[in-house]
Amino acid sequence: MNKILVGLLAGLILGAIDGATAWFYPETRPVIGGILVGSSFKGMLVGLASGWFARKVQSTKWGIVVGAALGLLFAFGFITGAIIGFSTQRAGTPRCAS
Amino acid sequence: MDLSDSVLDHLRVVVALPDLTGTRYELEGEIGRGGMGVVYRARDRQLDRHVALKVLDSALAGEAPLIARLEHPAIVPIYEAGTLPDGRAFYAMKLVAGTRLDRYVAESLSLAERLRVVRRVGEALALAHSRGAIHRDLKPQNVMVGEFGEVYVMDWGVEAVAGTPAFRAPEPSLDERSDIYALGALLEFVLPAPPPPALGAIARKAMNADRGARYPDVTALLADIERFREGLAVEAWREPPLHKVRRFWSRNALLLWLLTAYAAVKFLLFFWGRR
Repeated sequence: MNKILVGLLAGLILGAIDGATAWFYPETRPVIGGILVGSSFKGMLVGLASGWFARKVQSTKWGIVVGAALGLLFAFGFITGAIIGFSTQRAGTPRCAS
Repeated sequence: MDLSDSVLDHLRVVVALPDLTGTRYELEGEIGRGGMGVVYRARDRQLDRHVALKVLDSALAGEAPLIARLEHPAIVPIYEAGTLPDGRAFYAMKLVAGTRLDRYVAESLSLAERLRVVRRVGEALALAHSRGAIHRDLKPQNVMVGEFGEVYVMDWGVEAVAGTPAFRAPEPSLDERSDIYALGALLEFVLPAPPPPALGAIARKAMNADRGARYPDVTALLADIERFREGLAVEAWREPPLHKVRRFWSRNALLLWLLTAYAAVKFLLFFWGRR
């Protein structure tokens, strides 16, 4: 599985989990479906970009920094973005040198 | 005329010196001696460079011709093999400037450096085995570490007359698995005391008295060492549950801290919103 796919998958899962935490706020329960979809979509965007970065740069530190910055940019969450950045650095097949 | 003991000793040394007549080498001095011969420092007159000249006690040149065909950074290149006028076999090889492994590991070295050396030795063995060559006398005294950290495995193919028991496999006829035994003993030798349990287990598996219970080849042993370096479970050791948890934590500490931070933030925001 390449790093972009890892990013998409991690973003989808973390986005869904993050969206699901809205259940703890009763006032958001009527629209939780939309929150889940939106959060998952944002997570996949952050994952896609993090995965692309991970193919270019092999550095756990910078992966976390870039992931966190992307999380802030997409209003997805600083720490959630950092987790996705970390995951794309650690998992997935790196791009082979030509 | 009576000769003094010191004169007799000197004469014995001179008589034992190799006769290099007809060769292109010029003897400069003795470097060391082992059970099967003597190694001298010599100068190659044709190429004007220094070489190590190994003169064997018998006419057998060992596996020099086979080793000469192996090209690996950790295998000392052999320049020439032949027979001296006195009938003894010799081969000329690269003169390695460095430290013997038994002295090298006596310094304070990191575990990573110790494993690097063992890995380099193993890679040389793996190549040699793939080409049908066996070392037969692998031990710390036959491994040199050069001034730039390069590792050389020396004295190939000549079975020691009186080898170091700790590094010699118990079976009477030596083959590739005997080299694996010796590599396991080498690993055990370089490890600090007490060794990490996983690495100790790898060494013990390689040194199993039952040939069939050892690693099937050097590559499998090196793969287990690599798994240890990456923080993964090794095949040689059935680790206890607590050790598994500690290993998982140390390998994934960053991720676990990030997840903990995420949960803490969510928790705080939940209770902050309730106020």
